[in-house]
Amino acid sequence: MDESLQNLAETWVYLSASPLFHLTLTMVAFQIAAWVFQKAGRNPLLNPVMIAVVIVVTVLVLTGTSYATYFEGAQFVHFLLGPATVALAIPLYRQWHVVRRSALAILVSLTCGSVTAIVTAVGTAWLAGGSPEILATIAPKSVTAPVAMAITDEIGGLPSLTAVLVILTGIFGAMFGTHLLNLCGVKDWSARGLAMGTACHGIGTARALQVHETAGAFSGLAMGLNALATAILLPILWGLVF
Amino acid sequence: MPGYLTLIFLCQLVGELFVGALALPIPGPVVGMVVMFLYLLVRGHVPDGLGRTAQGLLGAMSLLFVPAGAGVMLHFHLLGEAAVPLSLGVIVSTLATMAVTALLMKWLVGKGQAHG
Repeated sequence: MDESLQNLAETWVYLSASPLFHLTLTMVAFQIAAWVFQKAGRNPLLNPVMIAVVIVVTVLVLTGTSYATYFEGAQFVHFLLGPATVALAIPLYRQWHVVRRSALAILVSLTCGSVTAIVTAVGTAWLAGGSPEILATIAPKSVTAPVAMAITDEIGGLPSLTAVLVILTGIFGAMFGTHLLNLCGVKDWSARGLAMGTACHGIGTARALQVHETAGAFSGLAMGLNALATAILLPILWGLVF
Repeated sequence: MPGYLTLIFLCQLVGELFVGALALPIPGPVVGMVVMFLYLLVRGHVPDGLGRTAQGLLGAMSLLFVPAGAGVMLHFHLLGEAAVPLSLGVIVSTLATMAVTALLMKWLVGKGQAHG
């Protein structure tokens, strides 16, 4: 008995350092989050990404595990973000007839949304007493993380903090977007999806896909276009002001 | 099914190579999305297997953000130091961006339809 307990303890020490453990932690945390989300009648305030992140971070802090150790396991899940982004071409193709019909409206709305994201983020943070470094860090918060980090680096912010703000923006938008869009009286799925993808990138797109395929397609399109628009516009706007 | 997963990976790889070669300021997977889209335009329809594979990935998209999201723990101190400008900036800007984009799109699409 003692021997099997010791074996179990040794196996535990081995497993808790192996990728399997943190990969499983990620999956289990997400299953719990998805269950809560379903039980609550798919209420967007109980966003599954938010709940799963809270569970994972709580476990890591309580067990004194570093993020780097966690990521060795979680990277296998993280890796699939790339292929999932490629897969967004499928709903986009299925909605192509709608996209083509409103191409000009999409470009105008998206460009104005992109500028709004930059100006209001920097403006609000400045009014609230943010340092120049903080302003440069928050400026690209609405675009997908790799692009946002590259832009922040270029204008003198902190790329890794930008990555965190990108995630928080995504979670916040996914939680409150549905209510805000209802409040604005926007019922059209293409407009709702475009707004989600422009304001909160992939996490907003994941939320849009939960609701409607047209919204998901427009959100995925907006995410890609806003990455491009922000990468071009932000350094120009930044140069004009600073 | 594995064939279509291979196709998705290939599109991403082409996207990454394209972005790397031209030093473009957009992520490889976004270009990969364009490559896949062009493939579908040429093909003329979404093959069943590809539709199912994509559905599998997109249905799990929320899960895929959890590892990056847990990265929040690395910056508790920085988030705390500038908590007010950062949280206000995120909240105000996200709501404003969403409202501006949605209302403008609704108005422009409505206008387009009114004119035929």
